[in-house]
Amino acid sequence: MARHRGRGVATINYPIGMNLGGDPSQALVHSNPTGKFTVSLSSIDLGQGMKSVTRQICAETLGVPIEDVYVDTADSDTGPHCMGSFASRGTHRVGNAVMAAAREARGVMMEAAAEELEVDPGDLETDGRGSIHVKGAPHRAISVRDVAIAAQFRQGKTISGRGIFLVPLSEVDPETGEMSPATCYAHACQIVDVEVDDETGDVTVLKMTSAYELGRAINPKLVEQQLVGGSWMGMSHALYETPEPYYPDAREGPRDFNEYLMPGPGDICPHDIIVLERPAADGPFGAKGPGEMCANPSLPAIANAIFNAVGVRIDELPITPERVLRALRARGRSVAPSRAR
Amino acid sequence: MLEMRKDIFADERDDDLREVGRPTQRQDILGHVTGTSAYYDDHHFANLLHLKVLRSPHPHARIRSIDDAAAARAPGVKRIIRGADVPVNLNTLLSLIQFGKDDEPSLATETVRYRGEPILAVVATSERAARQALELVRISYDPLPAVFDVEDALKPGAVSVNPVYPKNTFDYHRKYDHQKLRFGDVEAAFAKADMVFEERYQMSPIEHAPTETNGSIAVPDTNGRFTVYTSTQALFFSLDTSAKINAMPSNQLHFIGGTVGGGFGGKVDTLTEPLAILAARLTGAPVRYRLSRHEEMQFGSPRGAERIYIKDGVMRDGRIVARKVRAYFDSGAYTRLSSYAVVKCVAHIPGPYTIPNVHGDVYCVFTNRTPATAMRGFGVTALDFALECQMDKDAVAIGMDPLEFRVLNAYRDGDMKAHRRVAKNCALIECAQVAAERAHWPLRDEFRRMSSRKGGGEARAEAVADRTLKPAPPGAPRTPASSSQRAAYERPPADAKSPASPARDMPSPAAPPPSGSTHGVRRFSSIFGTRRR
Amino acid sequence: MKTPIQLRLNGEDVATFADGGANLLDVLRYSVGDLTVKGGCWQGTCGTCTVLVDGAPRLACVTLAESCSGNSVETVAGLRRGADLHPLQTAFMEHFAAQCGYCTPGMLMAAKALLDRNPNPTREDVVDAICGNICRCTGYEPIIAAILDAARKDARRSA
Repeated sequence: MARHRGRGVATINYPIGMNLGGDPSQALVHSNPTGKFTVSLSSIDLGQGMKSVTRQICAETLGVPIEDVYVDTADSDTGPHCMGSFASRGTHRVGNAVMAAAREARGVMMEAAAEELEVDPGDLETDGRGSIHVKGAPHRAISVRDVAIAAQFRQGKTISGRGIFLVPLSEVDPETGEMSPATCYAHACQIVDVEVDDETGDVTVLKMTSAYELGRAINPKLVEQQLVGGSWMGMSHALYETPEPYYPDAREGPRDFNEYLMPGPGDICPHDIIVLERPAADGPFGAKGPGEMCANPSLPAIANAIFNAVGVRIDELPITPERVLRALRARGRSVAPSRAR
Repeated sequence: MLEMRKDIFADERDDDLREVGRPTQRQDILGHVTGTSAYYDDHHFANLLHLKVLRSPHPHARIRSIDDAAAARAPGVKRIIRGADVPVNLNTLLSLIQFGKDDEPSLATETVRYRGEPILAVVATSERAARQALELVRISYDPLPAVFDVEDALKPGAVSVNPVYPKNTFDYHRKYDHQKLRFGDVEAAFAKADMVFEERYQMSPIEHAPTETNGSIAVPDTNGRFTVYTSTQALFFSLDTSAKINAMPSNQLHFIGGTVGGGFGGKVDTLTEPLAILAARLTGAPVRYRLSRHEEMQFGSPRGAERIYIKDGVMRDGRIVARKVRAYFDSGAYTRLSSYAVVKCVAHIPGPYTIPNVHGDVYCVFTNRTPATAMRGFGVTALDFALECQMDKDAVAIGMDPLEFRVLNAYRDGDMKAHRRVAKNCALIECAQVAAERAHWPLRDEFRRMSSRKGGGEARAEAVADRTLKPAPPGAPRTPASSSQRAAYERPPADAKSPASPARDMPSPAAPPPSGSTHGVRRFSSIFGTRRR
Repeated sequence: MKTPIQLRLNGEDVATFADGGANLLDVLRYSVGDLTVKGGCWQGTCGTCTVLVDGAPRLACVTLAESCSGNSVETVAGLRRGADLHPLQTAFMEHFAAQCGYCTPGMLMAAKALLDRNPNPTREDVVDAICGNICRCTGYEPIIAAILDAARKDARRSA
């Protein structure tokens, strides 16, 4: 009886956004009379950071400081349509819609500024600190605040913009499955080290080392939140969770968190994360989305690590101590698993 | 803990952005750490009523009779709602995008098809009063045989779960009980392969377990509207579904949400809003319907279980030459979103690898269990588990390093994928190299030198040439839209590709919307609206 | 039959009437109006509703409200030190230790109970203190890091 260490790997990709039905989202951006901007959405922040990611995209596009943008969501009377927060579509679809709306608003802002400075709008640029100036002549400047006041009270312009981003619906061929399921994909490779106790069947995850490629990371801390939390969920799926422990037998279902198991704060492991950015041609600033794919490699990587540790394949989830022990016992009797022809 | 490798793919990016790329604090963080972020239940109403549903104790049964007289007289009870009170008591979520047939009642009337299916709702002055009244309802059932295993459900003579899909499978394209993927010739490739492996994988059902359970509060507003505070993760999906079930114009509903205590896919199904609105209409008072933790765990939809068979043909030099996948999604008693997951799963086969011969058959199967729904990685998580375990077995069997085996077979820019789109913007090889370096996983030099941007295309782009289906003749008439399947799901002639010019991996143009109703219900969707037709 | 209940809530005296058998969570949220306390399971298994009763962490959803009458109750609404955030709140912000934010109030109160009795906790102490609090988003690591950091910074400030 002993503890055995093992190491497993998985490499995966993940489609960004919904691949069926057409996948639109809309956004509205407008300035108040003193040059502060509101983004109106009906998209949902479930914790993934929708409000924060769209705020950064809007500020970047407008060329104003982040403090001057506030994201208001989700009210069906004021926020235009969004399909919803699922399918890793938030950053890519909603981000693009916000970018389009912010671009339109910026266009009006620059026209209004040009009128005040009596120059061509094309000669102007934003400094990202709340000011607009003539390219190459920073002293010929006007604040966004003064532009907004002028637009509202003198020029009669609305500094506002509408945006929509639509990935048209994907045809699916009944015979071949030919389709355009997504416009871009995120990628990951995860290496997991585990320890398996052959007496109790317990599996301890010792360390994760991962590389994720997710297009432009709009906010590396929010990306980290998704990757750390997502790989925890992957570990949980692999080793702990199910509402039907004896599936397809539907009995013995857990009713609360004493019976539905997930790894607690004492069951987590160090996780080395490296992020790569290969920008997507149609992503906002090249962004894809980290939300869903980060959980996926952990399930097989852990299963493969268990094989590496104790030489048994467990092809049924979750990999409970009971399943590990049964597999170890079965291995004693069975022939080698290779089916070479 | 997190390192950005800006040096990789640096030539494809300008890193001169001001706000994007910065670790800016979350906009909502102050609210979170002070407990002042307002979730749906943080709206307080003095005369709030509470809705609880009675759930079936049987996985499959005919309802013989319902006696709710005593419950109606119980203290605090304001109203009992039965299936007959629901204006449109049959719906399917994806009817909003014209995909699938209405198959699920809000409250079961004649038959219950899973343990926990709602039959009746009590609206009372407190949750406790509602629960106590539910104890007084007497229902007599004739239990029916039930089916729980996806493959049992497909056998001849199996119990029929869902009368809208009597053969226990979702209809694809009005002619198949599954979605197909066909690329190259797997059988010929298996015959030539050095080794062939076939394995079976079983993904468990999984509960989303958000710390905030599903719920909503519907409040009668002035001017005949209803304000709905909701935990939904898809505001207009839920609004339009609620409008449909309640036969109300969508502008009579004002949904407020957006700050949600976790979802992970479990808050798309609009489990509570339609009945909360109906109850608010029937009582004239604000009504909250929130799932208990037990309900959330057993009767809120889970991630569906999937059973997956994979057969690989592999050469001794490490190339995978054929992959055949057969998968069964356990949808539970009703469709919800599993029909869609099947399509996403088909698109994901054979994983991020370039394999010249691929064959997939994926089924959406009905069983007598809680209907399944989306969850983080929907349609892909289970397949990735199966594929990546299979990759490991393949590598071990041919005596190759498992990571080198993956790098060797990884897809690269310019390769043809099995769903007949050219791969671009690939980065699997680079992820593998970077992770291997950090974890000191020994990769040989030739694998360290490989790149997603080199060595793809050419022969690897032509794998499909011998098997492309005959394209529809130009100008051929479109099949008219009818019955269960959206017209857009068919292949318009404009989209037909000749084998010589494989399609780029770009969105295909939108097909015209179907003419008229697709399944007998009113078209109401705010998603496409009526303006387009 | 309503029962009178008097609490010292975050340093202020509050009084209300509650149904017999009402739990502290419902009384705090719906009678007193402190909506910073969240409910997650109503069966004592998730820790979301953690509050401090006379300084000790309690699951409000399974605590009889009447049993707290005359006691001091602390919720996240009283965590600030005057106009300033509590060091735990600052640390949770700096460490990005919240995503959906729903478990955060209970997590903060469990952490406060720990730091109040043990200003220099080890990682194991922190894990013990929050192991009854479910978080579905973060994977716990940022929360543990935030609590350890808050303890360090608070110790430095008091020193």
